[in-house]
Amino acid sequence: MVGPRRVHDMGGQDAGPVPQEGHQHEAWEKRVDAIRMLCGKHDLLRTDEMRRNIEDLGPGVYDKLGYYERWCAAITNVLLQKSVLSVDDLGRKMKEVEDRWEKARTE
Amino acid sequence: MSDQFAIGDRVRVRRTYPPGHVRAPYFTRGKTGVVTGIAGHYRNPEDLAYGRFDGEVLPLYRVRFEQTALWEDYQGGPKDSAIVDVYENWLEPEKGGGR
Repeated sequence: MVGPRRVHDMGGQDAGPVPQEGHQHEAWEKRVDAIRMLCGKHDLLRTDEMRRNIEDLGPGVYDKLGYYERWCAAITNVLLQKSVLSVDDLGRKMKEVEDRWEKARTE
Repeated sequence: MSDQFAIGDRVRVRRTYPPGHVRAPYFTRGKTGVVTGIAGHYRNPEDLAYGRFDGEVLPLYRVRFEQTALWEDYQGGPKDSAIVDVYENWLEPEKGGGR
């Protein structure tokens, strides 16, 4: 019997043409990359944990998010699982950043 | 621990579909190939993915599959093949001379 294929395990599926042209990374993407490296250096995050958390985003979210958005979500989940971050701290910080952006936008 | 397989051995990827982090690609499950090399010995990613960093070390084999064996509707040449790295826990010996 053939079991279910998970969304990330897409070898051989039709995925359309591959864009050949290069592209620039945005500043926030570079920052996500830097955070990932730093977490690795402090032994908070291994490649396989990263992959597992990206895969566990599941269908829908996995398809919708871009490459570094998946990274950001996975890093966040690992750091929450390991109690490096707390949901409360994260929520407060996100609100703070949101307010700062809103203020800058309207000024 | 010694390696269970050697170069030239025919192997079959276990046809099982557990949940969780797995490195054996879906399209190889239940398929037969030939060991062409050993990429190294590494801790099982299925352990590492869940924070178990002192688990067993496994050989990682290079396995060559015929494309026509992987895909029923393969349109390319009959000699086309694909090489996939597969950890030992996913392989079982393939007896007989199946293709």
